[in-house]
Amino acid sequence: MSSRMFVALCLAPLLIVAAAFFVLPLARLVVVGASGPDGAAAYLAILTEPRYRESLVATVILAVATTVATLITATIVGLFVQRHDFPGRSVLVALLTFPLALPGVVVGFMIILLAGRQGLIGEVARALTGQRLVFAYAAGGLFLGYLYFSIPRVILTIMASVEKLDPQVEEAARALGAGAWAVHRDVILPALVPAFIASGAICFATAMGAFGTAFTLATRTDVLPMVIYTEFTLNANFAMAAALSVGLGIVTWAALAVSRSAAGTSVAAAG
Amino acid sequence: MTANGKGVSLRLENCAKTYPGGIQVLSPMTLEIARGETVVLLGPSGCGKTTTLRIIAGLIQPDHGGRVLFDGVDVTSVPIEKRNVGMVFQSYALFPNMTVAGNIGYGLKIRHVPKAERRKRVDAMMQLVGIDTLHDRRVDQLSGGQRQRVALARAVACQPRVLLLDEPLTALDASLRDRLRTDLNQLFRSLGITTIYVTHDQGEAMALGDRIVVMTKGTIAQVGTPDEIYFRPANRFVAEFIGAANILEGPLQSEVMLLPGGQLHIDGGRTGDTAVAMVRPEAIGIVSPDGASWTGRIQTKIFLGDRLRLTVAEAATSAIVVDASNRLVVQVGDRVGLTVPNGSVRLLTS
Amino acid sequence: MIAARLPVALQAAFTVLVTAFLIVPAVMSMLAGVTVQYSRGLSSGLTLEWVVEVWTLYSDTILRSVLIALATLGCTLTIGVPAAYGLQVTGGRIARVIEEIITLPLAIPGLAIALGMIITYGGVGSFRQSSLFILAGHVVFTMPFMIRSVMAVLGVIDLDTLDESAASLGASRWQRFIDVVVPNAIPGILAGSLTVVTLSLGEFNLTWMLHTPLTKTLPVGLADSYASMRLEIASAYTLIFFVLLVPLLAAMQFAARNRATRGRQ
Ligand SMILES: Nc1ncnc2c1ncn2[C@@H]1O[C@H](COP(=O)(O)OP(=O)(O)OP(=O)(O)O)[C@@H](O)[C@H]1O
Ligand SMILES: [Mg+2]
Repeated sequence: MSSRMFVALCLAPLLIVAAAFFVLPLARLVVVGASGPDGAAAYLAILTEPRYRESLVATVILAVATTVATLITATIVGLFVQRHDFPGRSVLVALLTFPLALPGVVVGFMIILLAGRQGLIGEVARALTGQRLVFAYAAGGLFLGYLYFSIPRVILTIMASVEKLDPQVEEAARALGAGAWAVHRDVILPALVPAFIASGAICFATAMGAFGTAFTLATRTDVLPMVIYTEFTLNANFAMAAALSVGLGIVTWAALAVSRSAAGTSVAAAG
Repeated sequence: MTANGKGVSLRLENCAKTYPGGIQVLSPMTLEIARGETVVLLGPSGCGKTTTLRIIAGLIQPDHGGRVLFDGVDVTSVPIEKRNVGMVFQSYALFPNMTVAGNIGYGLKIRHVPKAERRKRVDAMMQLVGIDTLHDRRVDQLSGGQRQRVALARAVACQPRVLLLDEPLTALDASLRDRLRTDLNQLFRSLGITTIYVTHDQGEAMALGDRIVVMTKGTIAQVGTPDEIYFRPANRFVAEFIGAANILEGPLQSEVMLLPGGQLHIDGGRTGDTAVAMVRPEAIGIVSPDGASWTGRIQTKIFLGDRLRLTVAEAATSAIVVDASNRLVVQVGDRVGLTVPNGSVRLLTS
Repeated sequence: MIAARLPVALQAAFTVLVTAFLIVPAVMSMLAGVTVQYSRGLSSGLTLEWVVEVWTLYSDTILRSVLIALATLGCTLTIGVPAAYGLQVTGGRIARVIEEIITLPLAIPGLAIALGMIITYGGVGSFRQSSLFILAGHVVFTMPFMIRSVMAVLGVIDLDTLDESAASLGASRWQRFIDVVVPNAIPGILAGSLTVVTLSLGEFNLTWMLHTPLTKTLPVGLADSYASMRLEIASAYTLIFFVLLVPLLAAMQFAARNRATRGRQ
């Protein structure tokens, strides 16, 4: 067997599976999206139809807010954990990254336990103020849920980048008289920018497409994935659901593509 | 237990190589190698040594029209795994997932040699290269020299028809290199396999080669025994590449070359325009300038322990290098006479 | 001195707070799953009653999820490992394009992929109704993790030279793949396998759309219990999910740490 043929044989099953269960379905999705009463104009509905547009805007705001908050949180925590050695450090890292594997539905449940009708925050608030605080089912709960599944991922990326920093550059800055704050502002944070771009994009894309958390919380805020789901199952409007999900796919894919060319590296979007 | 007499004779016929993109890195070359002979491919970086070796191995195909023959049989289209060649790579390419014994026995396993027999052969190979205590070691726990020996044992364990080595000592430090060079020499003699050895180190080439193939820019510059190459270089490239050489240029009048510092006798010289000749530094003697036919002035003097290295100005168009006895007493600036014994000057074809 | 320490102390406190945010609800849910009555707290006593009830109600979803995860692993191993090798040796633009396409499922929401699959195969009743439909979705979604994980390992070993050296010893293409490529890719295969199983067990976005009443998986059942069951049962169910997940996560951490220490040598 020639080596060319062997390599082709190695790749063939992958190509078949990818074609049958990914490329073909996506192509069909695009076609079906244009098959509704409005034809290809359905693709513009995400911008023109007020209901969809509001949902898109709300989703983007939520995703951006999640990304910003996550980056800040993860940078503070990641720097601390990577830069300090203390007993139980590896356990702490394990705890911080544990939610990585949790599906969105379970994250939703975690938020219910925290801020739901029988939630911990509510109990604490009642003990302190006499008022029960319940926000799991409002935008605040959704935001908290998105933070919950975003923080672990971004922490991992930040920690990996912090580990790669060259300590001599920092020492050079300190030798030149830079204090701790100046070192962070002028040396450490700039060096982490590629990690911010990469993990921020993944964070944004994941937040845009997240479905399970919103589903569990049954939030009043209509995020785009929930709208798509509703169109598909309740309204049986396949064409509109397809058009909207193609639009959503383009937004998330574009976010990742832009960040990748900005960071100049290919980054793995972890689960 | 060794592979005595298992080698083949080898013939490369019109083997050229053009890589995609159209650059011909090897001009058509024909080369004959006898059974059991050790041939060294020597040349500067990028001259095509590895390419030639990989054509012999079957890792790449020569351009159309080129042929590789083992014992007269055309093997050009036989893939490497069917050619039965032993190969030692510069990085050794030991399999990290196998022990030392696993590496050495891998070829035998592929050939379905029974386990007991395999073990015996592996042990013998390890004895042969002097690593018999390392049987179950992981390869990442070995020193550079030990890795080199494992790679060698692995390559010869299957009694290959040809043993191919691509700069096998380059990754080692200098003192180890000298020691292994001696070991390799003994090993090649005792194995008697046809061996092709690629290097850009002339010391290695001289020490190991029955014959040396000097290459430059994808062509063969000269093929010969080490002393032929050293004393009778075919051209200026070989003369300058091997050892230190003084290149002399001047008009010839019958057997005498006219130089700025006098005259030099050259055997077989014929009257003509400017000729080019070569003389080795150690072939030149220093004598009193009185009555000498060729003289110069000492420009620098470096004591090297075993000899005294002088550069002499005003003798030829550029300064010449002379290796003199370490007992010689001369001063920089002294005027000296230079003698060259008959037959030590070689006329070069440019 | 104190001024210099203060930011570190704040950082530490913040880190503890974040950790608590992530871990406290998980611990609460585990406790709630074995508490007699959640609203009365632990003082109401511990019980396995809820866990047993979950098992009677949902054992089929748990078994199905485990089976699908293992089947997904089988598919990604048999398809992904050779493909990773193929992509690695092919290199160049073709390999990059293929890699780009197969990693696209990471960039596109599962909902969209699921819709596409339903639109394409919804008419093929027997396939649509079976767990194989979910399996196909999981394979597409997890494949890039296996391939990338294996390629990352193949990229750092000098694959070409190892391959050539095995060839010079007489090994055929297939033998070289089995004897040299696969054993040296083991760390990547292992890491990829753990990721694939973990992701498949927890996959919801695709699965919620792809499942039928007869092909519910664990996360689908979870969503179901969150919506319709009392908190203790939902918690007990989540507890079972954690029990499945934690060993996988521990193994992943262990493998990663192993690789890190070996890489440092
Ligand atoms: N795959 C390839 N594609 C294109 N050009 C190549 C390829 N491999 C080698 N070359 C070119 O062929 C020429 C000869 O290469 P080769 O490796 O044979 O040199 P070499 O004599 O072994 O040099 P060195 O001593 O540096 O190993 C070089 O100019 C090299 O750049
Ligand atoms: Mg070379």
